[in-house]
Amino acid sequence: MPKQCAWPLRSLSARQLDDVGALSMTKLFDQELQVVSVGLPAFAESVRANGAPVVAVDWQPPAGGNAKAGMTLAKLVNDPKIDAANGKAFELFTSSRPVLEGVEIAGDVLPGMAPRMILHAGPPIGWDDMCGPMKGAIVGAILFEGWAESRKDALALAASGEIPYGPCQHCNAVGPMAGVISPSMPVWVVRNDAQGNRAYSNLNEGLGKVLRFGAHDPETIDRLRWMADTLAPTLNTALAHIGGLEIKPLMAQALHMGDELHNRNAAASGLLLKRLLPGFLCEKVVCEDATAVSEFIAGNDHFFLNLSMAACKSMLDAAHGVADSSLVTAMARNGVEFGIRTSGTSGRWFKAPAPMVDGLLFPGYDVSDCALDLGDSAIAETAGLGGFAMAAAPAIVQFVGGSPAEAVANTRAMAAITHGPNTAFTLPTLGFAGTPSGIDARKVVDCRLEPIINTGIAHRKAGVGQVGAGITRAPLACFVQAVSALANIRAS
Amino acid sequence: MSDETTIVHKKFVDQYHDSVSLMQLSATLCKVPGVDEASAVMATEGNLKLIADAGLLSGIEPVPNELLVVIRGDADAVAEAMDIAEASLDRKVSGETGDNVELTPPRGIEMALDQMAEANLALISTPGEYAAAETLKALRLGLNAMVFSDNVDLADELMLKRFARDHDLLVMGPDCGTAIVNGVPLGFANFVRRGPIGVVAASGTGLQQVTCLIDRLGQGITQAIGTGGHDLDEHIGGITMLHGLRALEADDETKIIVLISKPPAPEIADHVVDVAARADKPTVVNFIGSQPMAKGVVEGRQHIHWARTLEDAATTAVALASGTEPDLELAAESVPAEAVDAARRLTTRQRYIRGLYSGGTFCFEALQILGTKLGTVYSNTPLREHCRLTNPWQSRGHTLIDLGDDEFTRGRPHPIIDHRLRNERLLEESADPDVGVILFDVVLGYGAHDDPVEEMVPVLWKAMGNADKVGRNVVFVASVCGTENDPQNLARQEAALRQAKVLLANSNAQAVRLAASVIERATVG
Repeated sequence: MPKQCAWPLRSLSARQLDDVGALSMTKLFDQELQVVSVGLPAFAESVRANGAPVVAVDWQPPAGGNAKAGMTLAKLVNDPKIDAANGKAFELFTSSRPVLEGVEIAGDVLPGMAPRMILHAGPPIGWDDMCGPMKGAIVGAILFEGWAESRKDALALAASGEIPYGPCQHCNAVGPMAGVISPSMPVWVVRNDAQGNRAYSNLNEGLGKVLRFGAHDPETIDRLRWMADTLAPTLNTALAHIGGLEIKPLMAQALHMGDELHNRNAAASGLLLKRLLPGFLCEKVVCEDATAVSEFIAGNDHFFLNLSMAACKSMLDAAHGVADSSLVTAMARNGVEFGIRTSGTSGRWFKAPAPMVDGLLFPGYDVSDCALDLGDSAIAETAGLGGFAMAAAPAIVQFVGGSPAEAVANTRAMAAITHGPNTAFTLPTLGFAGTPSGIDARKVVDCRLEPIINTGIAHRKAGVGQVGAGITRAPLACFVQAVSALANIRAS
Repeated sequence: MSDETTIVHKKFVDQYHDSVSLMQLSATLCKVPGVDEASAVMATEGNLKLIADAGLLSGIEPVPNELLVVIRGDADAVAEAMDIAEASLDRKVSGETGDNVELTPPRGIEMALDQMAEANLALISTPGEYAAAETLKALRLGLNAMVFSDNVDLADELMLKRFARDHDLLVMGPDCGTAIVNGVPLGFANFVRRGPIGVVAASGTGLQQVTCLIDRLGQGITQAIGTGGHDLDEHIGGITMLHGLRALEADDETKIIVLISKPPAPEIADHVVDVAARADKPTVVNFIGSQPMAKGVVEGRQHIHWARTLEDAATTAVALASGTEPDLELAAESVPAEAVDAARRLTTRQRYIRGLYSGGTFCFEALQILGTKLGTVYSNTPLREHCRLTNPWQSRGHTLIDLGDDEFTRGRPHPIIDHRLRNERLLEESADPDVGVILFDVVLGYGAHDDPVEEMVPVLWKAMGNADKVGRNVVFVASVCGTENDPQNLARQEAALRQAKVLLANSNAQAVRLAASVIERATVG
């Protein structure tokens, strides 16, 4: 039976080689022998039988039996430069102060968004390779923009090569599921007051037949129009009335109310509505709009999700671009591939096939209906929320038939692959320890512990909608590539 | 049983359940054999629409606080599933909080350090191709390392040893079978009492032999550092042996140092002895089998004591530790009466010794000693190429077999752990009318077989019985490498072998000389 992980976390990188004097050979003979055993269990047993403390590592070949990858990683373990860079990136991440500025039109504010460009979730992908829900959402976006009148024409335009596609993340934005953002759509604008960068996300449409699951029927398009014409300006008016909104305290509060801020946003959405309510009721908002907007938000337990994602994106973008850092700054899926980025490897995506999601399905659906893992929402886990904060939301673990204790175990497990606890987001069930944050690609590869992601499951066909929810894992192969790329940069 | 598909639904009033719990219940119900589809939902408008769309049920009035269970399948299955649903919904808050969920065991060295911050040594026994990376991780995290794994690339070994040296860390191995650090046996090692003698050895069984003999002679050790078999190779340059030597020099508890290796590259040997000579601690050196060269090496180096065999090394170290003169000659020449007696029982045809070794260094040492006494000795690991057996499974003349060599261990456990292969060979050799003496080793300690005599004694009796049927005797000569405190217990193992009429010597070298003298006396007549 393994001993319990230390919690709160200490930084594992505390063992500086310069300073190993106290642990070195010269002193070894004066110390009690304490052994870490890697390999044959019998050897650990005989050490234990002789009264010496021993910890047996549950060892498996690295990277699925890739000895070269194992050696590449070994050369980066406890590297003082990488550790320092990670410390810096982590500090940038934790010191971020995302503030909701307002809602703007995507084409007006998103950096790098060309006219007639359509953004999507995950790493780059071309039209031909896109999954069903993403294609459907793009058709919907074309109809919404009025670039085509019929579904048929929209499909033809989408496939024509005239529409430039690009990842949301290349424009400092994130979008759940298909993550489709076209120039006329309203987006949340989040400013990181500490570092000055901004991040963006589209607005959540609710459940059922919605664009992010690929729907593009008139009801969906009409809703998008209403969101642009009524919801967005009303939100802006309300925000102006209440004078901006700091997002981290609200997220922290929601974590104490049973949300993990990915699959469960019920508390946070309620808190947001509560904060906005005085603004909706101010004299500048017509009564009819106030009612419609309140109803819309109240009817959607995931309304906060997109705002939370933009906040996470702003914090992680602040931590991106630190030379030598192995911390992960993005994890995103386009329904075909899962991609990650790390702070020290600039804009590169490290990709692997998107996994299936292990979860529970709504009535009438089975596994053959499920799309592969999809969406930018794993930005939550990248920021130490969602699957990493599962201890805050025991109900979520039931998606895979688990127990509250497993929720806690999952959070603890993620501590092993992260840089440290984020004290801004605390977990009551773990004695108010901070959420494990700053995924270190090195540690993922070393432990073969893939980051846990709580997520929704889309139907593989466009427009059917969400068919379930569950848990998936970020593929190890992405992290193996990231470690190798970092090693190459260090070597050159 | 009914083949007909039915749809049954049931409402539960005033039963609010979280949608996640209900999805879980639905999944459970779907798993009942014979159920096609099942759904448990709160009867909200949206949920009812989902159920209608799934073709399960329509026309139900929405009552948001009402729970609806709909099941489709064959009648018996539907009834069974509905019972499960009722039982499940009726369940009171139970103690099933899953508190016994196992926490993640450490999956890497760094993760292990989170549980043992003061760890100071990593014991690496992964397959060889991964061992260098794990060792490097350990060293980079400030851990000393013992690397049991073999088949590590020589370039990697050099890289690891340089890194360790530059950071004042000890790396024992790769291919280090045994070590004893701070009294704790690591890998295949014996429980040896503590004392003033420190050992550095590039040979696993060599280290075991020396430390066990020190224990048998009433002394003890501070540390027994294994270097791995390639350390004194010219490419590695004895980095670990030199580092271990310096560490023992610096260690106040260590009064006497013993260095053991198979013959090193000459310039490396010279360098090692040179470093040892500059220390002010008496150092006993046994580079197994390299003799005349040693005189030159030792000249003018008064701290260096040259030993001819592993046993000499132990005897000399113990004498130095006790302040007495080592009595090497007596050990070398004593032939017990039982050996003389045994020789008388052999026929003139029984001229040959067959040695069946589990310890590679014992076999090597035996080849050295026997070669000088009896001339040509064949082996699968010969000292000279012309003495190599063309077929290692077929002995000729005097033959000594290292059963731990690759050709015998591929796909099989090592003979120190598994005695079956040696037992078969022992029966074969004893049936050979030209064979007079069968010589073997028994290695005790952690990692070795739990009870070697239990495996061997019945086979010895069988071999003697077979020989007896054709009017012959076979003489068994052996040494047991172990201590009183080993899990197998030295005294018990030796007693059982004596009962089986095995002639026992305290050391391998003595056993070899004993075997030789039995054969010499027998052939002289």
